[in-house]
Amino acid sequence: MSNYVFLVPLFPLIGFLINGLFRKWIPKPVSAVVGTATILTSFIVSILIFIQVRAEGFQPVTVTLFQFIQAGNLKIPFSLLVDQLSVLFLLIITGVGLIIHFYSTAYMKEEDAPNYAKYFCYLNLFIFFMLLLVLGANFVILFIGWEGVGLCSYLLIGYWFKNLEFGNAAKKAFIMNRIGDLGFLIAIFAMVGQFGSVSFAEVFQQAPSATTGFMTALTLLLFLGATGKSAQIPLYTWLPDAMAGPTPVSALIHAATMVTAGVYMIARSHVLFNLAPVSQSVIAITGLATIILAATIATKQNDIKKVLAYSTVSQLGYMFLGLGVGVYTEAIFHVLTHAFFKALLFLGAGSVIHAMGGEQDIRKMGGLKKSLPITHITFLMGCVTIAGIPPFSGFFSKDEILTAAFASNPVYYIIGLGGSMLTAFYIFRVYAMTFQGKFRGTEDQKHHLHESPPAMTISLVILALMSMFAGVVGLPDVFAKNSNRLANYLAPVFEGSEHSAHINHLSTGTEWILLLVSTFIAVWMVIYALRRFTKKPDLDEPVGLGKWMADKWYVDEIYEAVIIKPLKALADFFNTVIEKRVIDGLVNGTGRLVQYSSRQLRYLQSGQVGAYVLLMVISMVILFAVQLFLRK
Amino acid sequence: MVPVLLIGIPLLAGLIGFSLKDAAAKGWSLFASLLVLGVSVAGITLPKDSKLLSFNTPWLGSLNSHFAISLDGTGQILGLLTALAFPIIFISTWKEEYRKAHNFFGLMLLSQAGLLGVFLATDALLFYFFWELALIPVYFLASQWGGERRIAATFKFFIYTFLGSLMMLIGIIYIYFHTRDHSFALASFYQAHLQITNESQSWLFWFIFIAFAVKMPIFPFHTWQPDTYEQSPTAVTMVLSGLMVKMGVFGVLRWLAPVLPMGTYLWGDAVSVMCVIGMVYASLIAMRQDDLKRMIAYSSIAHIGLMCLAIFATSEISIQGVMIQMFNHGINIIGLWIVVFLIEKQFHTRKMSELGGLASKAPVLTIMLVIITLANIALPLTNAFIGEFMMFTGIYSSKSSNYNVWFVFTAGTTIILSAVYMLNMVQRVFYGNTNALTEKGVDIRMNEKLVLGFIVVLIFVAGVYPEPLFRLTGDAVNALIQKMYMKP
Repeated sequence: MSNYVFLVPLFPLIGFLINGLFRKWIPKPVSAVVGTATILTSFIVSILIFIQVRAEGFQPVTVTLFQFIQAGNLKIPFSLLVDQLSVLFLLIITGVGLIIHFYSTAYMKEEDAPNYAKYFCYLNLFIFFMLLLVLGANFVILFIGWEGVGLCSYLLIGYWFKNLEFGNAAKKAFIMNRIGDLGFLIAIFAMVGQFGSVSFAEVFQQAPSATTGFMTALTLLLFLGATGKSAQIPLYTWLPDAMAGPTPVSALIHAATMVTAGVYMIARSHVLFNLAPVSQSVIAITGLATIILAATIATKQNDIKKVLAYSTVSQLGYMFLGLGVGVYTEAIFHVLTHAFFKALLFLGAGSVIHAMGGEQDIRKMGGLKKSLPITHITFLMGCVTIAGIPPFSGFFSKDEILTAAFASNPVYYIIGLGGSMLTAFYIFRVYAMTFQGKFRGTEDQKHHLHESPPAMTISLVILALMSMFAGVVGLPDVFAKNSNRLANYLAPVFEGSEHSAHINHLSTGTEWILLLVSTFIAVWMVIYALRRFTKKPDLDEPVGLGKWMADKWYVDEIYEAVIIKPLKALADFFNTVIEKRVIDGLVNGTGRLVQYSSRQLRYLQSGQVGAYVLLMVISMVILFAVQLFLRK
Repeated sequence: MVPVLLIGIPLLAGLIGFSLKDAAAKGWSLFASLLVLGVSVAGITLPKDSKLLSFNTPWLGSLNSHFAISLDGTGQILGLLTALAFPIIFISTWKEEYRKAHNFFGLMLLSQAGLLGVFLATDALLFYFFWELALIPVYFLASQWGGERRIAATFKFFIYTFLGSLMMLIGIIYIYFHTRDHSFALASFYQAHLQITNESQSWLFWFIFIAFAVKMPIFPFHTWQPDTYEQSPTAVTMVLSGLMVKMGVFGVLRWLAPVLPMGTYLWGDAVSVMCVIGMVYASLIAMRQDDLKRMIAYSSIAHIGLMCLAIFATSEISIQGVMIQMFNHGINIIGLWIVVFLIEKQFHTRKMSELGGLASKAPVLTIMLVIITLANIALPLTNAFIGEFMMFTGIYSSKSSNYNVWFVFTAGTTIILSAVYMLNMVQRVFYGNTNALTEKGVDIRMNEKLVLGFIVVLIFVAGVYPEPLFRLTGDAVNALIQKMYMKP
């Protein structure tokens, strides 16, 4: 089955082509079926491959489709890699992707037929590129998927293209991603220069022969790429704006899958990062800074999707913390659980927005638990999971990262714990203001409040079950020896990297204490937020520090003032002064000199330069003809 | 025989065109250009060592110059581009009515003959002859059929190119006197550097390079370009930007870097710095343009700067990249011009500030433009990614200069900037709500869909499966790289 892995991205590509080329003619149900069925097929193929891959003694398979780029010694084949890591991602992408496609069939129902088809066409294209990203057997194929998902993100954020605000958000996402991509690209150039290859196998094999300085530079460049795609400091500001896209898109692309591409890429290149301790520290610290920065902003946002967006940025920070301290399996585990609970929260938010007739401001909601019972329960499940309450999945995945952080550096742990506190606080602030208390919307909205159609609620229920129980695949060793099935499954990929060494240094007692501390803090924060915001919703204009947080620490404004404005000024200076006055001044000066001289010679000649040249060419043609003729 | 036909058909057809009636000229020139395309495709299918691919007969015997033309890998790919471009140009601008159409089309065909001659000539004097033959018709096309400020613009164009050509002629004659057998043949030119001291190569380099630098154009020899592109009729702009700029790149590739290897090496750093500055400079200026034509012109300066930089890196990977990028850039930029042409035809403006919301009125045009835009910013799986990736990779790993890594870092910023100005353009012209002007907009017609569709297909085919392009040009790249100076 592994040899047929190309089928997995092929089906979404076919779906993209059908919906894209025939969008004018096919009715909405057909678009929906095409869009969803192709993902279902890919999901089934992925499961079949998974069954094969999880078997004992499976060896990674590389499937080469054709030669892509070649010159001199450089050969870059278009090839796909099937191993434990890539197949795990196949399952996440096609699984969550399937649910979100299904959900979208109802959520996007009000769009007219060609736009409905366009939506599914973009969504399928996204799945195609995302699959390519995780399947690529070398950095160039990975990069194709990498840029491709960025493109789809751009197209879907700007899906409602008539709104220029949305268009700006889309553009911002693309450009910030490109800044990261440049880092990634230069890293690829450097690999070719150093190792003469871009294939994972060859680069990883030769990496130990390179100097530490080179490896540090290389991994930092790769990490720059990751900060763009995975919304970390300094390139995170696009993600909250990306919420302009339809909500299912936010769930799929801007929470569950695309933004974890950076985590995937670093985990995939763990061999390189293990050789560069400085880069690992940079990653861990960036992750921590992002956790706190984004979580503080999230506590003061009133747009339900904005809170979730900053929450995503913050949760991605945990994954990077995990990568930074070298626990790759745990970072991937958090990718997995986050995919479920964050998709759940976004789709829940979508259901709320749907019921509220497009309203996203939680100050105008409240008391929705009565009219949206299923959405309420499932959303609550999502909140409990992300807050880190045991025994739900978020608790395990986050705490494994925090435990590893403690083993690496207790300061990391304390900051991470501060992030957990904020997480529990902001998510239950949203929950309380949305579902508890009294309804604060208009009378009109009150009449229209309704539970969402089955396609949406079924999706919510499935995701809620997954987020609650997905934790069982990665139970830490303190609960039961060798119960971490995910770690066992991924062991061949991360073999030889130090990933679990840190944790093993800790005594079981310490580990239990850490777990209890974080559980206590989470529970305390949940109760605190619930009590505070159920009775007295956060409706006042923020002041002091709260205003700084509500205004996102003014990072966008700083970027505008420090980078964008000066760049525009420089461009204007080039355009008006250098180009027009300096360079053209010189040229026109020469021109005038020629004209002046030709005026002096007017009596002898006509002074029209064009005529001379014409004459020249004609005489050359004649000369040529005469020569040919005479030669005979 | 094939190269003779390639040059002869448009030359003859152009001369005949002058005497035709205006109404017939359009169809006639399309017919001739399709014929050229047929011959060009046939030439590619021939085996590489076929006798039909070259032609050589003495000419100007006393000077030992030969009428020598040959179709090698480089000639094939640029010949194919030229042969492909003209029918595309004629079909896409079919609705345009020109005054004195017979003269217009006659000149267009003459310029095609000149272009093909430049790409095929293997004799320096003949090369120079075709170089001028290609330029002069374009000069007249721009000055007779151009926009309001055409005289000023073409005058600037003329000053630049004429001075450049003149210096090149002097350079060619100097090298001619230093060939062992006093010959203009390319092979003799490739041996001439053995008789020329490094010091002489050093100054001689500039005599020849200026002509190519103006044509490409390289900063600071570029200011003719935005004005000329803006003022020329769009069909001529397509010839200028899709094909003529390749004359400069091609010139460096065949007539400079291998002919004066030491000169090229000695000035490599200086030229590379000019290229890098030009790339960033032009990209920044492109961000601030309101006129579509000027924006694309500056964007093109940035892209060509990279090609020039890649040549001076003298690495096999980078030059292979240049080779296929010359083709792909030509296709993409002609696509962009077609879109501009269609917009201007419909709304009589090229100002982005006056347009907007076209996506809801012309969805097909929008999709086509978005795809061409993505190709222009070198998104993977589009044709330009292959070339740009290879050029950057080659420059990075080349040992030609100690600063290559810095060149890549600095020039790399244009990858970001190009996304900025291209996406700005897409947004300002196509997204948002319609205004009073674009309210009445309609989508494109069938023939326009076909042409743009063809370009889009080419973009993807060459972007996903570039193998045939490598096969076409691999040998030529290899032969060129052997002759260039490599730092030990």
